[in-house]
Amino acid sequence: MDISNLEVQNISKSFNAHKVVDDVSFSLNSGEIFGMVGPNGAGKTTTIRMIMDILKPDSGDITVLGQRFNDEAKDKIGYLPEERGMYKKLTVIESLIYMAALKGVPTTPAKAKAIELLEKVGMGQHKDKKVEELSRGMSQLIQFLITIQHDPEIMVLDEPFANLDPVNTKLLKDIVLEMRNKGKSIILSTHLMNEVEEMCDRILMINQGRSMLYGNLADIKTKYRNNSVFVECDRLPIEITGVDKVKQHDGHSELYLKQNATPQTVLSALVSDGVKIDRFENAIPSLNDIFIQVVEEAR
Amino acid sequence: MMKKAMTILRHEFLHTIKRKSYILITISIPLLLILAFVIYNGIQRWAQPSTPDQIYIGYVDETDIFDDYHSQDNVIFNEYDTVDSAKSALLAETIDSYIFIHSEYLEGRQIERYTLKREIELPSSTVSSVKNFLLDNLLTESVSEQILNRAKIPFAPISVRLDTNGEIATGQDPIAMYFLPYIFAFLFMFSIFFTSGYLLQSVSEEKENRVIEILLSSVSAGQLLVGKVLGLGAAGLLQIAIWLGSVMAAAKFAAVNIPIFSELSIPIGTLFLGIIYFILGYLLLGTIFAAIGSIVRTSREGQSWSSMVTTPSAVLPMMLMYLITTNPTHIASRILTMFPFTAPITSMIRISGGTLSAWETTVSLLILTCSVALLMWLSSKVFRTYLLMYGKRPSIKEIIRSIRSA
Repeated sequence: MDISNLEVQNISKSFNAHKVVDDVSFSLNSGEIFGMVGPNGAGKTTTIRMIMDILKPDSGDITVLGQRFNDEAKDKIGYLPEERGMYKKLTVIESLIYMAALKGVPTTPAKAKAIELLEKVGMGQHKDKKVEELSRGMSQLIQFLITIQHDPEIMVLDEPFANLDPVNTKLLKDIVLEMRNKGKSIILSTHLMNEVEEMCDRILMINQGRSMLYGNLADIKTKYRNNSVFVECDRLPIEITGVDKVKQHDGHSELYLKQNATPQTVLSALVSDGVKIDRFENAIPSLNDIFIQVVEEAR
Repeated sequence: MMKKAMTILRHEFLHTIKRKSYILITISIPLLLILAFVIYNGIQRWAQPSTPDQIYIGYVDETDIFDDYHSQDNVIFNEYDTVDSAKSALLAETIDSYIFIHSEYLEGRQIERYTLKREIELPSSTVSSVKNFLLDNLLTESVSEQILNRAKIPFAPISVRLDTNGEIATGQDPIAMYFLPYIFAFLFMFSIFFTSGYLLQSVSEEKENRVIEILLSSVSAGQLLVGKVLGLGAAGLLQIAIWLGSVMAAAKFAAVNIPIFSELSIPIGTLFLGIIYFILGYLLLGTIFAAIGSIVRTSREGQSWSSMVTTPSAVLPMMLMYLITTNPTHIASRILTMFPFTAPITSMIRISGGTLSAWETTVSLLILTCSVALLMWLSSKVFRTYLLMYGKRPSIKEIIRSIRSA
C-alpha cells in the first residue's frame, strides 16, 4: 500500500514569466486513487503534462516507478488527456492497435486485448467502424480503453467522466475501482468534488499553481470541520447546554459547540428537554465547502 | 528510441499509401501514359491508311524539258498543252492540282501551282515527288545516276555531339535530351511537394484533432518527427519508383513505334543522384512543413503558409527551365544549383541533361545537406514548443525567441 509509484518533488514551470506551477510536491502510492483538484487554470494540466514528460519542469524532480523518465516508464503509464482526440479516419480497432504499439505492445496481443475490452464496455460490434462515425460518448469510451489497454501501472485521468451519461460513468468508475484493487495507481484530475469524495483516498488541491492541501481525504475533512453538529427536529430550545451559537440552514440547524462540550452532552441535553429529533450528526464539511474556503482564503 | 520511431514510420507509411488522394496521384502518371499511348496509336491508324492514294498532278510545260519520268512514288504527272485544259481537268477533278512551268523557268522564274483545296502546307511527300520529277527530267542526260541520287538528297545528317575532351558525349538524341530533364524534374518535383504536403497535413491534423497529446505521452517529439518524416518520405519514394518505372516501361513499349523513345533511358548514375536530391529536397521542405504544421491551428492555415515556401522553390527553376537546359553554366543556373531551396529541382534538370559537373554536384549537395541539418535542428525546437499550444498563432518574433530558449 505504501510503495510509491510516482514521486514529484518541488516542480515549477513558467510560461512567459508567468508561474503556472509553483513548487508542487506529492507522491502516488500503488493501489490508490489520488485526486488532483483545483479550479480551472490552477495548473493541473501543466502538472500532469510534466508527469507525462510532455513538458519539462523548470526545476524539481519527477521519478516514475523508481527511475527518471524514459521510454520504459512511458510504456507503464496510461494517460487520458482532457483534450480528447483520435484519428478520425482509422477504425476503432486500428486506433487501439496503433496506440498500443506506441506503448510497445505487439499487434497480436494488442488486438486480443482490444477486442476483450470492447466487449467489456459493450462496443464489440463497433470495432470496424471509423472513429468519425462514433458518437461523442462512444469515442470517449474508446479513449478510455486506449488509456488502460496496455495494462499500465499508473493511470492519469484528466476529467475522465466529463460529458458521459450516468450509465457509462458508472461503467468507467467500476473499471477504475477494479484497477485500483489490482494495485494500480490512479491520478484523477477533476473539478467535480463529489467524484473525488466518492472515489479518492488522498488528494492534492492546487490553486494558482500552488499546493493548498495535500493528504488523506478523511484527515483533511477532520482538520477543516467546525466543532458543530447538524440537527433536524421539531423545535429548538432558546438556550441549550454546551451550545455557543445556532446557525439556520435550509431544513436543518447547525449547532456550534462550546470548547468543553461534546456532541453527546448536547444530544442528552436536547433529549432531556423533550425535543423530538429526526437527525443528529457531526457536521463534516463537504470537500466542496473546503475547496471554496481554501480558494477564498487565498484571495 | 528507434523502435517507437519505426512504429510511427510504419503507421504513417501504410496510412498514407492507403489514402485515396495518394493512390489517385500515384496511378495518374501510368494511366496518363497508357491513355497517351492508346490515343497515339488510334490517331496513327486513323491518319495513315495502309496504302496511300494515288495523286494526279497536271502540268503545263512551256520549256519542253519535262517530258519523262511521269510516275514518282504515289504521284502521277499528266501533261496538258494549255493552261485552260489543265484548269478544266482540275475543275473536273481528274487531277489534284496542276503546276505551270514558265518558259523562263531556267532563268529563275518560279513554278506556279494551282489547286482547289485550302491548304496550310503542301505535304512533304508531294513536294519531294515534284522535286524528283523535275530533277529527273533536268539532270538525267547530263549527270550520272549517283550524282542524280545525291542531288535528290544532298544533306540528311547524323549529328554527333562531342564533349570538351573530344569524346562522344552521352545523351546524343536532342529530343530525348530535352524530353528527359523535363519528365525527370517534373516527376521529382511533384513527388517532393505532394509528400511534404502530406507531412504538413498529417502534423497539423494531429494538432487540430488533439491526438498529439496522447501521442506525446507515448513517444517523444523527436521520435514523432523522425517517424513521420521518414514514413512519408518512404511513401514518396514509392511514388517516384512507380512513376519512373511506368515512364521507362512506356518508353520501351513506345520505342517499337516511335524511334526517339529508344533513346529515352535514365542512366543509373543519374537515377542515383536524382534520388539523393529527392531525399534531401524532401527533408528540407518536410522539416519546414512539420514545423509549420506544429505552429498553425488548422491544416487549412498550414497550406497557405507552406505555399510561401513551395512557390519560389518550384516556380523559379521551372520558369528558368529553358535557360537551365540550354545555358547550364549561366550564372543564374549556377546560383539556382547552389541555393538549397531551388537546388533539388535545378540539379535534377541539369543532371538529366548531363550538364552538372562533379564539383557543382559536390558543392550543391554539401550546401543542401548542411541546410537540412540546420533546419531539422531548428524545426525540432519549434515542433516541441508549439505542438501543444492552441489559441493565438505566434508571431515570427515569438517563434525566434522560443527557438533561442528551447
